[in-house]
Amino acid sequence: MKGRIHLQSVIEPTTAAVSDLSCAAPLLEMKRISISFPGVKALTDVDFRTTAGTAHALIGANGAGKSTLMKILSGAYNHYEGEIWMNGDKVDIRSPKEAKDLGIQIVYQEVDTALIPNLTVGENIMLDRTVHDMGKRQLIRWKELHQEAESILARMNIQVPSRKLVSELTLAEKQMVLIARAVSKQCRILVLDEPTAPLSHSETEQLFKLVIKLKQDGVGIIFISHRLPELYAICDDITIMRDGLLVKSDRITNIDQPKVVEYMLGSKMEQQFPHAKRDIGDVWFEVKNMQDPGKINDVNLHIRQGEIVGLAGLVGAGKTELCRAIFGASETSTGEITLKGKKLRIRSPYDAVSHGIALVPEERRRQGVFVDEPVSVNVTAAVLSRFSKWGTWLNFGKEKQAAREIIESLGVKTPNERARVKNLSGGNQQKVAIGKWLLVDADVYIFDEPTKGVDVGAKRDIFRLVAELAERGKCVLYASSELSEIVGITDRVYVMYDGRIAKELTTRTSNEEEILLYCTGGGLT
Amino acid sequence: MNTARPVKEKPAANFAFDFLYKYGTLMTVLVLIAVFGSVADNFLNTSNIINILRSISIVTIIAVGLTVSLAVGGFDLSVGSTASLANALVISMFVWHGQNIGIGIGLTLLFCLAVGLINAFLVINFKIDDMLMTLATMFIFQGVALTYTRGATVSQNMIMPGGDFATGKIPAMFEKIGQVPWIIVIMVLVVIVVHLFLTYTKHGRYMYMIGGNREAAALSGIPVSRYRLIAYLVSALFAAIGGIILGARVMTAEVNAGGPYLMDAVAATFIGYSVFGAGKPNALGTFVGAVLIGILQNGLIMLSVPYYAMDIVKGSVLALALALTYYKKRH
Repeated sequence: MKGRIHLQSVIEPTTAAVSDLSCAAPLLEMKRISISFPGVKALTDVDFRTTAGTAHALIGANGAGKSTLMKILSGAYNHYEGEIWMNGDKVDIRSPKEAKDLGIQIVYQEVDTALIPNLTVGENIMLDRTVHDMGKRQLIRWKELHQEAESILARMNIQVPSRKLVSELTLAEKQMVLIARAVSKQCRILVLDEPTAPLSHSETEQLFKLVIKLKQDGVGIIFISHRLPELYAICDDITIMRDGLLVKSDRITNIDQPKVVEYMLGSKMEQQFPHAKRDIGDVWFEVKNMQDPGKINDVNLHIRQGEIVGLAGLVGAGKTELCRAIFGASETSTGEITLKGKKLRIRSPYDAVSHGIALVPEERRRQGVFVDEPVSVNVTAAVLSRFSKWGTWLNFGKEKQAAREIIESLGVKTPNERARVKNLSGGNQQKVAIGKWLLVDADVYIFDEPTKGVDVGAKRDIFRLVAELAERGKCVLYASSELSEIVGITDRVYVMYDGRIAKELTTRTSNEEEILLYCTGGGLT
Repeated sequence: MNTARPVKEKPAANFAFDFLYKYGTLMTVLVLIAVFGSVADNFLNTSNIINILRSISIVTIIAVGLTVSLAVGGFDLSVGSTASLANALVISMFVWHGQNIGIGIGLTLLFCLAVGLINAFLVINFKIDDMLMTLATMFIFQGVALTYTRGATVSQNMIMPGGDFATGKIPAMFEKIGQVPWIIVIMVLVVIVVHLFLTYTKHGRYMYMIGGNREAAALSGIPVSRYRLIAYLVSALFAAIGGIILGARVMTAEVNAGGPYLMDAVAATFIGYSVFGAGKPNALGTFVGAVLIGILQNGLIMLSVPYYAMDIVKGSVLALALALTYYKKRH
């Protein structure tokens, strides 16, 4: 049950899909919105509408276009095509100020960048007014400011004192302060971009109470999230996007969770995955009871010799954290790691590398490569001892030789081994980051989103490389939020949700829909 | 297949900047020599050249230590104070405690390594910004040196608090260290050894990697904390050697004698970033930087610029070097 055939039926999108939404007059209508960026058409004829006093779920896989659509709404782009109507009037939104003046407010996921931590809650809530509406007044009336802030907080039922410093708040409280600030001004549409990702269960409930309150006040809420159960708990309508198209808009009660997943995936182009025959051996690598407070929760996994094990999960599920914990890069993690029956003591990446574990990290430029150094220095970084006499004196000739071999075998596009890595393209930088570990000859290879920001050609090279490693009898852990890659390349999959392993699946008998369902917290009852 | 990626084309202005960046420092040195040589008669005398080399040797040694701390992405601001401490310790070992030269120097180096250990411990374990932490320890070690000497100058036959004269003698051999040729020989050795270490050994390579991208270095399995510790120990060690040589040269331990070397060392190191386009702290560059400052100072004094105006010149040179370094980083 490969699950691809019956998906063909759901690809005809847009106009017909917008059927019986909430029947009240629309608060917001975005008509035939299209936008292109150099080389890409990001949105094509998207018709999006939402009504006052409802919460509208906006969902889609990575790159589906939902943030682009919301950015257009907030005035971040001015070169889109299409019309925006509010309350039956045509409006022109070409700048953030115009959006704000119309009462469109957005609360982004990164709350810390939007608040000033060393000011009080009250000052943050009243920030815009202090900056813009003071006129000729030079002095701040503190009492007035806090009184007004407190009345806003009270109206929203937010239990945060106005005189507390923002830096002392929890993440959830910060988010509420941001919402309070957004609502303190004219607010007709409130966009919440992945608001629950960093929140605990009780904090999420607090947030939901606030959302319900806002709904009662007649605010139109657009709720972006990957967590299906939450969307079903709080939203009235749902819009699903895929590849820059709007594929479905409906009352949320008319679509069940597996159906949403189907719409999100659609049918994708087959990517070129190497079809290799691998001999999978005994369990070589085992992780037991891996914990990292607040990030990962009691994870157990194992990898057999020559096996590619996928680590699926959406952004924020804890994949990166788990990879780092296994590699000894987290100071707070605890757990037991065994390789070939030997228990390892891994307290730093240094320990991990000396025990034959390699990690290709997610943030390539920040964690994977030395941008100011040439290719040769980068690829020998993890095994410099092999390129030095008496463990000390560098052997530049041998290093050059090895660098050329890596460039040749990975097809790194670089003038020569002396070129600085910062002058290479993203895909080639990634090849350098991976090449570093090929010289190491480790037993366990961990890849964290290895194809992020990599072009198609380089992707194919990376897949081939990963498959080759497994063929050579290595253990491979492949973490990715691109489910097509997980399905295409792995033998077995662990699905992560909220810092835990939610499900273990055998790739051959599973499919993208099933994996995505577990990724979004579905299927667990 | 390996040639497809085009290298960014550089406009002429960029090319000119790159050329000046690479060879500007050396050209400046040559221009300064030419100008001072033609204006001041005895500038190019052998004795004056030796004089310049002697005058920069202590700065160079301290700056080379600072270079190592900068190589790992740190910044040891306490080198001047460490030099003061070493100066006070080594002279007092002889004058107050009558120790021989070996024990005097050995103990001094040991104490100063402890200073490096404290710096490294604070910076690494508490994850405090290197520059801020060593700013604090700079004052601490300066105060320790001051307290140890009771705020007085330590010299032969000094009057002790008890009213007697100090009886210890500074060994004649110790005095030699501060004189030509030894003071210059030591400087040259230090520069060569550190240059070889940073450029041709695995450990030097690791240090530059840590300085270039600490997180990537850690994730490559490089023991980052160990190398940062080593860098601070090296930095303190060379500051101590600088302080000891200072003691040998003036045969006393003045209050905060090492303090002024901090500015010169920082300037020399940052001027050194650009030499031959290295773009990172390096021992040879640091030496060239020290030469530039030394020539500037010597020549300006010959031209009767008062010594008290010298800081204006040195500070401006440092500002220029920093501007170049940071401009280069962004382009």
